[in-house]
Amino acid sequence: MSLPALTLALQAAQLSSRELSSCDLLDAVLGAHAGRGDEANAVVGLRAEAARAEAVEADERLTRGEPLSRIDGIPVLIKDNMVQRGEETTCASRILEGFVSPYDSAAVTCLREAGAVIVGRSNMDEFAMGSSTENSIHGPSRNPWDLERSPGGSSGGAAASVASGLVAGALGSDTGGSIRQPAAFCGVVGMKPTYGRVSRWGLVAFASSLDQIGPLARTAEDAAILLGILAGHDPRDSTSLAEPVPDYCSALDGDVRGLRIGIPKEFFEAEGADPVVLEVVREAIAELERAGAKTLAVTLPHTPYAIAAYYLIATAEASSNLARYDGARYGHRSKKARTLSEMYTLSRSEGFGTEVKRRILLGTYVLSAGYYDAYYRKAQQVRTLLRSDFEKAFEVCDVIATPTSPEVAFRIGEKSDDPLKMYLSDIYTVSANLAGIPGISIPAGFAHELPVGLQVLGRSLDEATLLRAADTFQRRTDHHAQTPRGWLR
Amino acid sequence: MSADLGQILGYVEKLQELDTTGIEPTAHALPHRTPLRSDEPEAPLDPELAVSNAPQRAGTAFVVPKVIGEEGAG
Repeated sequence: MSLPALTLALQAAQLSSRELSSCDLLDAVLGAHAGRGDEANAVVGLRAEAARAEAVEADERLTRGEPLSRIDGIPVLIKDNMVQRGEETTCASRILEGFVSPYDSAAVTCLREAGAVIVGRSNMDEFAMGSSTENSIHGPSRNPWDLERSPGGSSGGAAASVASGLVAGALGSDTGGSIRQPAAFCGVVGMKPTYGRVSRWGLVAFASSLDQIGPLARTAEDAAILLGILAGHDPRDSTSLAEPVPDYCSALDGDVRGLRIGIPKEFFEAEGADPVVLEVVREAIAELERAGAKTLAVTLPHTPYAIAAYYLIATAEASSNLARYDGARYGHRSKKARTLSEMYTLSRSEGFGTEVKRRILLGTYVLSAGYYDAYYRKAQQVRTLLRSDFEKAFEVCDVIATPTSPEVAFRIGEKSDDPLKMYLSDIYTVSANLAGIPGISIPAGFAHELPVGLQVLGRSLDEATLLRAADTFQRRTDHHAQTPRGWLR
Repeated sequence: MSADLGQILGYVEKLQELDTTGIEPTAHALPHRTPLRSDEPEAPLDPELAVSNAPQRAGTAFVVPKVIGEEGAG
């Protein structure tokens, strides 16, 4: 087994016993990246030299027996929408090409304070708007299980790098499923924490009431380790919650006896869902039942309206957030602009890609005076109904189990001409963002020789229960240990 | 693009099927209070760094095309 194939927990154990050094791990990552030439196009900014310096420092601490945390010296990737001081952050957009941040995002600060070695940035859909990692100035990322297919999105580069064995852990962001769906498509674990659990300071904003940072890894245990490092209140993000952070790893006791799993029929009856995928998910839930969990039917009756509400709210917020890219203070400024209004218009027209423009136009429209009530306010009211669906369900169950995606990874280009079709693929993930609750996707098995994700949703701030269920499932199955053919793992 | 937008707006019309009379809109998902930081002055970002990404600058100011006199400016 090659070094990057080790889980984060195993890397930590071997670093601690000095069987491995941080430099060994970094060499393995860089070697792996050079070896396959990053065929998945998952990494957009490799910082080999800076990472080397970080690894050398980590090795000094580890040799002294003074690690900063359990992940001290471990190579990780961040998504290209989390700023790092002195490094480029592009959000996969031409408008931010060359942008060098003067400060570290909170997530990067957490990683640095824990001693993690940030080896680079992972590819994504432009401004995290997409479900396929095709909308990127860096070119599309590819799924290691089948290079003709999408790794999902928008954190597709993160999922592909973990799946291909490049790194054991990566950070993604999830506004409507952007961590969970690529995790499902690539056969890895991806968690969207409760809204506000992780600081968004320095995360380039897409839709501020929905965005949340979370980990991608191969095991629930590794996700628990990373979440413990990221979670907590940050005075610079007033939406980050001042609630105690539990020890997520100690919740992983392998015991789900008596856990009440709600099965929402709406998620299994969705139009167009692949029956083979649904069968794999049902079998995964049966495995949790064999481990002692109880299942019961619950209803989330407003699920069929989630996509419509989501795309109105997310685009409205995006149109406001992205107004800052005006060519005045940073980012792309059109060389053709002679007047101020030309500077705004041309810089934005040249700098944004098609999908981003589409969403800005839609968001601006639904916020405009004559349409605000019919679209934006209506969507916010439906958001209330969706939240109350979950509140009622969680009165009788502890977690809710669903498919993460109605299908396996689709082919690159398959949906790129049909934005609505692409949006509809987020049917199972957007509800958690609208309700603010946590969700995790774990490898559930395979359909058509491609990975399938089981999504487990939980009560606000109850990430520990999701991780416990996911870890218990992984102790009893080996889907997460399957490797795409021909890759390092 | 306009055909796509028309199609998407057609799709979101389905929200009108729901009677939302008297339902409070949700702007923010969680009931938790927004924690505020204490109002203490902190060192600001170094102005030199703040303009380091400026497409055009003069000292620590951003330079933009002339506004006054531009047709339709304001």
